[in-house]
Amino acid sequence: MQITAQEREKLEALCKKFRRKLIDVLHAKQTGHPGGSLSVCEILVSLYFHQARLNPKDPRDPARDRIVLSKGHAAPMLYLALAEKGFFPYEEIDTLRDFETRLQGHPSTKDTPGVELSTGPLGLGLSASVGMALGLRLDGSGARVFTILGDGELNEGTVWEGAMSAVKFKADNLTAILDWNGVQLDGTTADIMPTGDIGAKFAAFGWNCIPCDGHDLSALCAAYDEAASVKGVPSIILARTVKGKGVSFMEGKNTWHGSPIGDADYQTAIAELA
Amino acid sequence: MAKSIREAYGDALLACGRENPDIVVLDADVSGSTKSSTFKKEFPDRFFNVGIAEANMTAMAAGFASVGKIPFANTFAAFISTLGLLPARAFGSYSKLPVKLMGAYGGLSDAFDGPSHHSVEDIAIMRSLPNFKVYVASDAAQTHWLVRHAVEDHAPMYVRLSRDVFPDLYAPGESFLDGKGRVVREGRDITVIACGILTGFAAEAADDLAKEGLSVRVVDMFCIKPLDTELILACAAETGAIVTAEEHSVIGGLGGAVCEALGEAGAGVPVGRVGLSDRHAECGPYKKLLAKYGLDKQAVISAVRATLARKI
Repeated sequence: MQITAQEREKLEALCKKFRRKLIDVLHAKQTGHPGGSLSVCEILVSLYFHQARLNPKDPRDPARDRIVLSKGHAAPMLYLALAEKGFFPYEEIDTLRDFETRLQGHPSTKDTPGVELSTGPLGLGLSASVGMALGLRLDGSGARVFTILGDGELNEGTVWEGAMSAVKFKADNLTAILDWNGVQLDGTTADIMPTGDIGAKFAAFGWNCIPCDGHDLSALCAAYDEAASVKGVPSIILARTVKGKGVSFMEGKNTWHGSPIGDADYQTAIAELA
Repeated sequence: MAKSIREAYGDALLACGRENPDIVVLDADVSGSTKSSTFKKEFPDRFFNVGIAEANMTAMAAGFASVGKIPFANTFAAFISTLGLLPARAFGSYSKLPVKLMGAYGGLSDAFDGPSHHSVEDIAIMRSLPNFKVYVASDAAQTHWLVRHAVEDHAPMYVRLSRDVFPDLYAPGESFLDGKGRVVREGRDITVIACGILTGFAAEAADDLAKEGLSVRVVDMFCIKPLDTELILACAAETGAIVTAEEHSVIGGLGGAVCEALGEAGAGVPVGRVGLSDRHAECGPYKKLLAKYGLDKQAVISAVRATLARKI
């Protein structure tokens, strides 16, 4: 469903709130991954607050849609969305990566309400999502599975094994979203392991590909609808994003994949996000 | 002639599949070998052949488990315990999703394919994963119980099967207790703690040695994890010497597990370990390989004699 200007404003406000809180928490903790959390912000906000049918009062509701953050290092942004949604108290974000916290360094189903799959080791989320989607289909469920991949993650061969399987088994209740920020830990994807024409690759594997601006909330919401309308094959939304989006000195920089935020940088970032 | 372990497995999977619609079966292009094809024939809609993609299969199994299915993932033990290890660790071990990883062609049973396809380290690998339960089928009747147990017990599991026929130990329909070894021969002088095909060989060895007046107890330790430490310590106290026997490296498998239990308890009894001595085998006829690499009845007899000689 096309979002209204009013809803878009609401979602944009959430993105702004989450970005500020993310920088606050990662600065306070001196650990965690800012770059990939900032790039995936609009994707998570559009899924959690517009698209997905979820039930925070009953996190295990069988009818719920499943959101899988395969690029698990963006956990801080996932936790912000889950907390805002009501899966746990918002203040709990301040326990990120703490000793004995429910908010582990990477998403953990047994610890955190609302987390659908424990991720962190890259390359496994898509395959697991195919299993989820096929299991839901066996039950006649109308639930959809949304799986967020990183582009560095595409280096992992299992992603392509999962991609083949999704097509073979006609998992059209599965929508992958690629957080295509072009940067991985050691450098740009072009330098570290060129991914080439990702759209052509997924299309060659038989996927329905939907190009999209990954920071445009309206475009993302429209893409989820388009994916739902295509039957018989899985869809992937190729969401072009900027690593570190919203903090000028972090944008496009691999050095901000997982670096602690110093006090001076923190002040600059918060000023930009005001 | 008894059924092979893989045939017993295929039959058991089908029987359970008829009773429980939540069972789904995955295979990595070896369903004719693993006998998951038996299930496929009757339930094609609940069967997923993922091609030669073991990590993908194991991760998909976890996805099925996360939506309430009971997924049996099938391929050779050598591959599911290696290529399947990362998803087994991330989703089964860490998240406790109840994946049922079935290691076909365990040990040297894929004899002619050679060491690339033998599995001599799978028990050690899978035993090290927190929350995983680990079993080794010791005969055909027990294989049926193991499949039923895998359906009923909501834990991630690794079950090692075999391509071959094992000596029969139990009557059809026999049931077992999880985490409890089974004494298959009573004895006073020494205990052989075995799993898999070596359990049958150990029983035969005990029968032979009885003719010489030796009283050898044989324990079928089909459940490697959780381990029946209580029974192991009782055997140590009552018989004063232990031999372990498995179709696996002597490092990290049943022998390693038993030594851990004895060492931690300060049991202080002589121990002999029958297994591959930190090496790979080669291709050839199964029975010849078992003999050459010290994994047969004769190897158990030799180990019993050597260990008894160390008994004070």
